[in-house]
Amino acid sequence: MSSSERPTRRGIFVKLGVLVNAAAAFAIGIPVLRFLFSPKIRERRPGYDSWVPLGPASSFPIGETRFASFVNPVVSPSDGETAKVACWVRNVDGRKFQIFAINCAHLGCPVRWFPQSNLFMCPCHGGAYYADGSRASGPPERGLFEYRYKVEGGTLFLEAGEMPTPGGALATLGVRRPPWA
Amino acid sequence: MGLIGRIGRWFDARVQLADTAKGVLAHPVPRQTASWFYVFGSAALLVFVLQVVTGILLALIYVPSAGEAWSMLHSLNQHVSAGWFIRALHGWGSNFMVAIVLIHMVQVFLFGAYKYPRELTWIAGVLLLLVTLGMAFTGQVLRFDQDAYWGLGIGASISSRVPFIGHAIVNLLLGGPIIAGATLSRFFALHVFVVPGLLIAFVALHLVLVIKVGINDWPMPGRIVRRDTYVAEYHELLKREGIPYVPAAIWPDVIFGGLVLLSIAACAAIFGPFGPGGQPDPTIIQTAPKPDFFFWWLYTVLSYLPPAAETPFLLIAPALGIAFLVALPFFAGEGEKSWKRRPIAVLVVLLVAVAWGALTNLGAHTPWSPVMDAWSGEPIPQKYLEGRTALERHGALVLQLKQCRNCHALDETGGKRGPPLDGVAVRLTQDQLIRQVVQGGGNMPAYGKNLSPAETTALVAFLGTLHPPGQAPARNAAQRAALP
Repeated sequence: MSSSERPTRRGIFVKLGVLVNAAAAFAIGIPVLRFLFSPKIRERRPGYDSWVPLGPASSFPIGETRFASFVNPVVSPSDGETAKVACWVRNVDGRKFQIFAINCAHLGCPVRWFPQSNLFMCPCHGGAYYADGSRASGPPERGLFEYRYKVEGGTLFLEAGEMPTPGGALATLGVRRPPWA
Repeated sequence: MGLIGRIGRWFDARVQLADTAKGVLAHPVPRQTASWFYVFGSAALLVFVLQVVTGILLALIYVPSAGEAWSMLHSLNQHVSAGWFIRALHGWGSNFMVAIVLIHMVQVFLFGAYKYPRELTWIAGVLLLLVTLGMAFTGQVLRFDQDAYWGLGIGASISSRVPFIGHAIVNLLLGGPIIAGATLSRFFALHVFVVPGLLIAFVALHLVLVIKVGINDWPMPGRIVRRDTYVAEYHELLKREGIPYVPAAIWPDVIFGGLVLLSIAACAAIFGPFGPGGQPDPTIIQTAPKPDFFFWWLYTVLSYLPPAAETPFLLIAPALGIAFLVALPFFAGEGEKSWKRRPIAVLVVLLVAVAWGALTNLGAHTPWSPVMDAWSGEPIPQKYLEGRTALERHGALVLQLKQCRNCHALDETGGKRGPPLDGVAVRLTQDQLIRQVVQGGGNMPAYGKNLSPAETTALVAFLGTLHPPGQAPARNAAQRAALP
């Protein structure tokens, strides 16, 4: 195409066509991006992190650590049994509890509690934790992830919402989450 | 001329592709490349075609729903005619494809094929390796069993370690806050649409380059690659001793490709499909998740790295590795091609192969994992109980009940996380045993809080009897002076 000084009719139409398509790209592209980043955007909505009941607090004997599971507050119809989340509940003294994530703080494998030796052991890379969740040995760099909990009307609740990961929100438990996280 | 010939002519009068196709198929190649060393690229492509075909067949039945996928796979194995065989073909095809791609890569590296002017061919090949591994990982997720479920957890835990955006990556990877329905759907989309799309695009680029730039000539020691002269020399070589790929040079590809397909079919028929393993129910935690064998080396590395080195390694090493492979043709683009004159290249391949083999072998045995049921499943060997005192036998009971065997072997049974205890009394004195049990250390948890003084005494008394018949237990110098 020649690059004459005077804009030709065809040249203007090509530019107009580019403009129309740019508008279409915005009109379609932004919803596409919103769709792709939906898991991230949806996170800010209320109900993402919720208090979930784990049953009566009295069902967890004092001084023991018991297996428990709950249904994640955010579910979709195709989740099936994967909507369930497992955790370990330790009743320290009847009033104080500790609720540990099932996921090893190393790479997320399911840790198992051994009451005889008072240890959590991970089957994957051999991480081990003491009864209070602190690191005992192996590759984890930290203790087990802990959920927030409360006891209301005799029922034990935990605040759950997402799978705990070394870089996730639960990793900094005790530190308030910044509003953008 | 028969009917088929006439129909063919009718079509080609319109699409006009026959001449181009003939030109491509009969493009000249150096005579020596009709060789058993040059068959791996075409074999990888052939296995990919098999994967596409069997993949489409599986997609006729498979349901990418976290609630139903696992049952559907069982249904595929049991209720669909030859369903198990198609699954087995796809699974074994995947293993063969990864293996052949890796062998192809080693071969072209040793033959100097990445050198000028085939830099882009090599880079497309590196991308093909990455997408092939991407297919392998995403495919393993679609076999939605316990290993897939917890494997996703490992993937998420690794991704979460990326600074600043780790949390966002986890959310986008899982399609939500936990591993659930959305996770499987998006891995289905990746495995079936996105990654194969990339794979096909890179294969197209790779093939165009092989045709346009030409296949690598057989490396002759002393035939040096120089940017100024190589292309002219290559064309001279083709003119002197070139043969048409079809029909003169294709026969090794055809024979080897057929043998590979037969091998896949044989493996599928003999060994059957892979899984699915246990039900992907997050509340069933009696499992020891393990990736497929081509990721075992990584599994080993993640167990043996010092904790503080892990995150930097995970985030930096893959980037460095890929950058090295992509940069290779630019800093080593000229010079000798023959592996006979490139000792460092040969050593690098040997080193990588030995390291990979050793790490993979360790990954097969996972000596770092506690054996979770050793304490309840593996009794103390009788020979370690005979002639022992009541206290010592009580110590044996403590050893068993406190799950020491999960990490420590006796007579080759039990975990290998810690050292075997068969001769522990020779290595440690009574005082050292007490200290080790109570305080732990050296990757052993401290048992001070979990053992009563009586239990500790009994345990150490038993451990003190564990020494080979002719060898005295260790004693500290003071004891030796007092009791000669």
